Amino acid sequence: MAVKVKKQSTFIDMTAMSDVTVLLLTFFMLTSTFVKKEPITVNTPASVSEIKVPETNSMTILLDTAGKVFLSFDDPELVTQTAVAVGNDYGVSFTETQLESLRKIVSFGVPITKLPAYLDMKVDQQDAYMGEQLKIPNNKNVGIPADTLTSAKVLNVGGNSVNEFQNWVRHARTIDYQRNNDKVLKLVVKADQKTQYEVVKGIMNDLRKLRENQYLLVTNLRTASSDK
Amino acid sequence: MAEVQANEKGGGKKTRQKKHTLRVDFTPMVDMNMLLITFFMFCTTMLKPQVMNLSMPTAETNQPVDPVKARESTAITIIMGADDQLFYYEGKLTDASYTDSTFLKPTKYGEEGIRKILMKKNAGTYEQVQELKVKRSAGEIDTKMFDSLSNIIQKRANTELKIAPTVLIKPLDASLYANMVDILDEMLIANIGFYQIADISEGDAFLYYNKTGDDSVLSPAQKAQVASAKKE
Repeated sequence: MAVKVKKQSTFIDMTAMSDVTVLLLTFFMLTSTFVKKEPITVNTPASVSEIKVPETNSMTILLDTAGKVFLSFDDPELVTQTAVAVGNDYGVSFTETQLESLRKIVSFGVPITKLPAYLDMKVDQQDAYMGEQLKIPNNKNVGIPADTLTSAKVLNVGGNSVNEFQNWVRHARTIDYQRNNDKVLKLVVKADQKTQYEVVKGIMNDLRKLRENQYLLVTNLRTASSDK
Repeated sequence: MAEVQANEKGGGKKTRQKKHTLRVDFTPMVDMNMLLITFFMFCTTMLKPQVMNLSMPTAETNQPVDPVKARESTAITIIMGADDQLFYYEGKLTDASYTDSTFLKPTKYGEEGIRKILMKKNAGTYEQVQELKVKRSAGEIDTKMFDSLSNIIQKRANTELKIAPTVLIKPLDASLYANMVDILDEMLIANIGFYQIADISEGDAFLYYNKTGDDSVLSPAQKAQVASAKKE
């Protein structure tokens, strides 16, 4: 005898699932800040400090283990105006497309004389170029020169010799001050934990000569695993 | 839930219409959402990095580098060497310090080492500032209030009670940036208000050399002095 089996539908109601995923998605979209791509990977040391990185009006100085200096600005207008001002000092000028490319860059570290050519490259070419150059030890084509020997030209400002790195900071500070009057540009130093103190000291001494004495050192939160 | 029952009550008509169930399949929608979630999860940094405030003294060319007028009773000097070596001495350097092999004491980073020493040194104000810290984390006072209150405590301990320690941090060139941040972190943990990063002095260099035998800290003039002393 044939028994009639009732046909059961295998339809699973996905509405609840969809609700959850949409909620999660909204959460991630609202809380996310995208990882900034940096030309070098920097492992910051740990601390218990609870102050957060400033989101605006700051300039980040990246330092890798070899002491190469990279700069990163959070304001695209500030970086272009600064680049033009710095370029003026060394007889380097930028085209409109080069400035447009600079606006999109997160952080950069090339000597000012090499900067226009670097900006002419496409983004993936820039990455490839940086990757190539970083492999060569003591390469003068990478990093903003922070000593008087490798600077394109040593300037004399008010009786003090100023190297390229100092010149960037000097101009950024002045331009930032003109743009938003009441605030002072915050200097964020992001150095690798394996960087020798000698290198950090050199950078801080450069800044101190410009009467920049307040820094924010980037650290990550000290956890039980990092606190051995 | 995804089924919508479309009951059509034909206005006035008496003929019964079949019930339609409208089923919307949400599976592709869920798939897409999951993909997007995965994308956002990989691209985000949930933890924003912290920053630590550091103020350095101005570099005036005509001013000597180390003008700290520290009280001898409360001064402590920390010397950070290569390979995570850590030394400290209390008080001021005198001629007798060079021959005293226990003057420069070795210690280590972390809870059992330097933190214990600093906590002991700062016993006078530690509790008071710690109370404020608890209040701050409970939300009773804001950061500005905390800063001004702890400033008052530190200043009072320094000028009236004369118990606030002055810490001189002297990293050698060969020490790592992580070492410096570690020590600055200890200042935060031990609630020390007065500290300064300074260059190593000649006396400190000699002390360090005597202790470790590492002559890379010595200046050329000092090396010559050591060499001539050895000849004798």
